[in-house]
This record gives sequence, C-alpha cells and structure tokens, in this order.
Amino acid sequence: MTREEWYSTLEQRHGADLQQKFSQSCVAVCGLGGLGSNTAISLARSGVGMLILIDFDKVDISNLHRQQYAVSHLGMYKTEAMKNILTEIAPYCSVITHNVKLTDENLSLIADCDIVCECFDNAENKAILVNGVTERYPEKYIVAASGMSGLHSCNTIVTKKYGKRLYICGDGTSEVSDDGTLFAPRVMLCAAHQSNMILRIIAEKFEV
Amino acid sequence: MIKINGTEQDSAGKSVAQFLAENGYDIKRVAVELNEGILLKSQYEDTFLKDGDVMEVVSFVGGG
Repeated sequence: MTREEWYSTLEQRHGADLQQKFSQSCVAVCGLGGLGSNTAISLARSGVGMLILIDFDKVDISNLHRQQYAVSHLGMYKTEAMKNILTEIAPYCSVITHNVKLTDENLSLIADCDIVCECFDNAENKAILVNGVTERYPEKYIVAASGMSGLHSCNTIVTKKYGKRLYICGDGTSEVSDDGTLFAPRVMLCAAHQSNMILRIIAEKFEV
Repeated sequence: MIKINGTEQDSAGKSVAQFLAENGYDIKRVAVELNEGILLKSQYEDTFLKDGDVMEVVSFVGGG
C-alpha cells in the first residue's frame, strides 16, 4: 500500500478538503490506557497526519480487558506497543513517542500539537493537564474525559464544552474507585466521544 | 445571585477559592469556567463572585 493509495482512499471517503485538514493536524494523546489507546487508533484510522503519544507505563496483563493491546505487547512500553499497532493500521501517520510521565515541568512536549487529548486515569493529573494547557497554551484545544467507569448506561456519556477551547467527555460522576473497575465498552464510548470531537474541531465544527 | 452549575446561589462577594473550599471541592481536581472563559488557577484567590456571574465547576473523577 503506497502513500498515494492510502491518501487517495481517504480522500474518496472524506473529501479532499476535509482530508487535507486531517492530514495537516497534530494531536497529542496524553496517556495510552483505555481512553488513549482507543483515541490514537481512531484518529490514525481517520487520517490525522501526526500523533504525539505520551505515556510512561508498560503494557500489563491487567490492561487487556479494556485497552487496545494484545498478549504480544505484554511488557512493552505502551508508546512502542501503540506505535507498532498504528504502523499496521495507518503506516503513513507520523507518530512521535515520549516515554515519560507528562507533568507541568515537561509540558512543552505537547508544544507542537493543535489539540491536546487528555486520557489520564488519575483525577488530579487530569486537572493538572487541563489547567496547565489552558494557562500555558491558551491557543490549543483540549478534549478531556471524566466519568466512564462501571456498568452504567452508555446513554449518560456526553460531550460538554467549557469556554472556547475545552471539551470534557464522560458522565462527569462515575469514579473508578467507587465502581471498582472500568469496562471496555464505556471506556471505548468515551474515547469515541473524544475522537469524534477532535475530528469535529479539525473540521471547524466547534459545537458539541 | 450567581448561577453555579445551573443553580442560583447567593455567593456574591466570595472569592472563587473561598467558594470551592466552603462547598467541599478538592481544588486539586477542579477546572472552573467563569462567564464562558476558563479561569486560571492562579486567579482563584483574587477573583470575587458578583451578581449575574455564571460559573461551572468541573470536578474530575478518576478512570481512563
């Protein structure tokens, strides 16, 4: 499959103008767990030109129930495992990996992206990233997630907009420490909300 | 009155930081939208609520 064949196929489906916007966009996926592994795959499949993948963790057996990794990835850094997966799915997507914990100190790792996708697990880290990007990179869009644990109805997961550039997907309330665990479908649904909102932003459709 | 998360509340004169503390929010988990802009954390202490303000407080929950 050549680069020309790949892009021509995407252009036939998305239209040349929209595909050009996707191709020229860069999204930073911050955290490669249940949310991040799913959003990275959706965005790469859709023809987003560049992804910055950030995670410090390795693939563990406890990840397989909801994250897009396979047995063959166990023990690998999630950044490398996801890069391998994306190479199979969307070989012409440019993938930059940072095998670190993203904090206020190294937030400049996302400096080159247009849209930040917050996919962390920990509530405080979510708030640190959202507030940090708002303060230091006010021109960037942020698509975050809050509340997708348990077996609650899928119909409670929504996308909400705050201010001009912050979007938060989820039910807003289901806390993993209360529900005990996360289940693949709701995490994938929340990640789908995030991915869809990101594509909408790139397409200049800013309303939820 | 101030509309906070959709409910009218009589919190005029309080700083955002004071409101969050009095209402049990964990400041380390929140993002605040005030009058359609995201309020920087560094401004929570010095931003005072006034009648007619519209504020949304998002308290992040864990899981991802």
